[in-house]
Amino acid sequence: MTLLKRIWKTNLTLGFVQPILFLLGMGLGVGSLVDARTASSDALGGMGYLAFLAPALLATTAMLVGAFESTYPVLAGFKWEGTFDSMAATSLTTRQIVAGQLLWWATRVSLAVVGVTVVLVVVPDTRSWGLVPATLSAVLCGLSFSTTVGAYAATREYDQSFNYVQRFVVTPLFLFGGAFYPIEALPGILKPIAWVTPLWHGVELTRGFVLETIGFFAVLGHLAVLFAYITLGLYLCDRYFTRRLYR
Amino acid sequence: MSQETLVWRVVPPILRHSRRAHRMIERSFYVNKLSWMIVVSGFFEPLFYLFSIRIGFGSLVGDIEFAGRSVSYAQFVAPALMASSAMNGAVYDSTMNVYFKLRHARLYDGVLATPMSSKDVAVGEIGWALTRGTLYSIVFLGCLIALGLTDSWTVVLAVPACLLLGAAFASVGMAATTYMRSWEDFDWVQTIVLPLFLFSATFYPLSSYGVWGWVVQISPLYHGVALVRAACLGIATWGIAVHVAYLAALTVVGLTIAARRVDTLLCK
Amino acid sequence: MGQQYRVAVLPIVSARGLTKKFDDFEAVRGIDFEIARGEAFGFLGPNGAGKSSTMRMIGCVSPVTSGTLRLFDLDPATSGKEIRARMGVVPQQDNLDSELTVFDNLVVYGRYFDIPRAECKSRARELLDFVQLSDRADSRVEPLSGGMKRRLTIARSLINQPELLLLDEPTTGLDPQARHILWDRLYRLKQQGVTLVLTTHYMDEAEQLCDRLVVMDGGRIVAEGSPRELIAQHSTREVLELRFPAGTNAERARSVTDLGERHEILPDRILVYADDGESVLHEVHARGLSPESALVRRSTLEDVFLRLTGRSLVD
Repeated sequence: MTLLKRIWKTNLTLGFVQPILFLLGMGLGVGSLVDARTASSDALGGMGYLAFLAPALLATTAMLVGAFESTYPVLAGFKWEGTFDSMAATSLTTRQIVAGQLLWWATRVSLAVVGVTVVLVVVPDTRSWGLVPATLSAVLCGLSFSTTVGAYAATREYDQSFNYVQRFVVTPLFLFGGAFYPIEALPGILKPIAWVTPLWHGVELTRGFVLETIGFFAVLGHLAVLFAYITLGLYLCDRYFTRRLYR
Repeated sequence: MSQETLVWRVVPPILRHSRRAHRMIERSFYVNKLSWMIVVSGFFEPLFYLFSIRIGFGSLVGDIEFAGRSVSYAQFVAPALMASSAMNGAVYDSTMNVYFKLRHARLYDGVLATPMSSKDVAVGEIGWALTRGTLYSIVFLGCLIALGLTDSWTVVLAVPACLLLGAAFASVGMAATTYMRSWEDFDWVQTIVLPLFLFSATFYPLSSYGVWGWVVQISPLYHGVALVRAACLGIATWGIAVHVAYLAALTVVGLTIAARRVDTLLCK
Repeated sequence: MGQQYRVAVLPIVSARGLTKKFDDFEAVRGIDFEIARGEAFGFLGPNGAGKSSTMRMIGCVSPVTSGTLRLFDLDPATSGKEIRARMGVVPQQDNLDSELTVFDNLVVYGRYFDIPRAECKSRARELLDFVQLSDRADSRVEPLSGGMKRRLTIARSLINQPELLLLDEPTTGLDPQARHILWDRLYRLKQQGVTLVLTTHYMDEAEQLCDRLVVMDGGRIVAEGSPRELIAQHSTREVLELRFPAGTNAERARSVTDLGERHEILPDRILVYADDGESVLHEVHARGLSPESALVRRSTLEDVFLRLTGRSLVD
């Protein structure tokens, strides 16, 4: 019950209040500066900045929650609370523990993402049936972070390591992953880097679904990349969780 | 009345009673000796932010009319990012970091068993936040100059401006931390810091807020942003005195509450 | 008489009517005591007796509610810093700096006392040697065992070469071997002339380490003296412990109450106090009683405590 209360509060801030603030602060505020220029409107494919930014918040929120839920909570499970050790002491296999963890991540990410979806339903520019597949793909995007970062967390001794995840993965992706401006603006070398990151694929999917600008094969391609990340993440989780639990 | 006591009388009482605060800062140096990589890795953050503003938003948003002249969007936002980064660093160092030491590690219990006082602890921890903050500000300044986002020599004044802003947030942050009872309370920190970041005339001029302008002016970050922006763009107005006074007052109030609360928490 | 001579010299700690109140709860209720230089002085009592509150007041980190307390003939209220500079503190729960290495823990702590850095380093090396942790100097604190952490905390408390060392339950939670290592180190400190003040709820610890002790209960001092004096005053030379089948203690007790000087009926056994335990045991057998087990032992501080408060020390 207390756990529910805790999740509810964090979820409210991460999945609800933060996107609203970003929509107001960046979408409307910066949007008014952006939309005032005709050249910018061309760069965004003729749409308003708010409509451009809003769907991407589904993917960025999924990334933030997905990555966070697999850092401190995972290390805590190994180190401070020993949850995983006590699970391993029963007849559960590593695979089952990882599966349970995946279910947990999916729940946390979904809760946060659905909060954003509710906000987007309210905004006229983004109210569309495309929100349903967009929400689902955002969850996949979040999970591709949880699984890979979770595997990394299982190899860590001290929580200081998570600073690196924040600084070299989450923050740069947040800024350069195509959420706030089209990645076409990035210089040559950075573009291919954006292409391999799960966030960009997530952003393309959510934006494409909500604004109905995405083609069938593009959807398949982006989904394939996200599933590839999740599969890789799960494989690594299985491996590193086993190494940590039975060392 | 001797010269010395006269000087001391204008110093806030808390600083008068803290003569060993630098030992707390020294401790932090020892701690970071072990994890200097993390400190260095923080240098990348301003670079990422400035870069994304310059190439990303710069291509979407054109020049902006500010203080009677036209500046590029990157020039307009960069000082605000420098101020925000000073705020974030100060808030982190004075909330999460202090809370852990206060409630979990019981670090300060050990410190107070020595000749150190609770005022030394409060002033020293805030001092460390500022030391680190200044280091980051200098790196930020270097990035600003390297990316050609400033054209006035007054830009060096952005570092002391960030120092003052950091002092205000670190003091208030530490005072708030002494009232926190669990990690969940830190959600509130996030809930306060993000709107400050987004709505302190960071991304667009105060005039865009229209009738809500007065709300923005309550935000301490707004005053910090205004100071750093003035330094970067070489603007001198009387408003600067107001910004400085506001931030200085916050610092003294925060610091006084923080030291008193550390006293009641640890010396019962 | 050495003992009397030492008391005649100015005591290192003295308290008169010392009281500590938290809101409406009175943790320490007007106690008097004096601790002489070079002495090992103990506060013995169960949890909640007021030992730790007293220790915190002596440590100058907890203001005195009423009464007087003087350390080194100074007042903690006004000279806290000066007093703390001459004192070492080992708190009940280790509060080592988890963000520093073992060695840096000592160096940084020394710096809080304004000891020059080079001096801190050389003292740190000596102290690590003293507490047998030299090989862990560069380790972090976290992986150390409980006993090692305790020893490091003691080393840390000695960095300023204190005249007075406060130890709040120094061996609680340690295994027997770790306790013996610790006692040995504390005994050496005592020989070097350091005044030790410790709290404990273990009577073996008090008997091992303390020259003199006070027994506290409910915020008051109920007895004072050397362990031997206390036993002589408040107990007999020997104790006979009798165990009868479960639930029959009270009934069997009636037939032995006239034996010995005094008796105590505990849930699991009956204690009969007598100077000659063996002869009482003979009498028990002679009366046709056959306890499941019978043991004759010397009186300990536990018996003193039981006598003074009607309760055992470790519940």
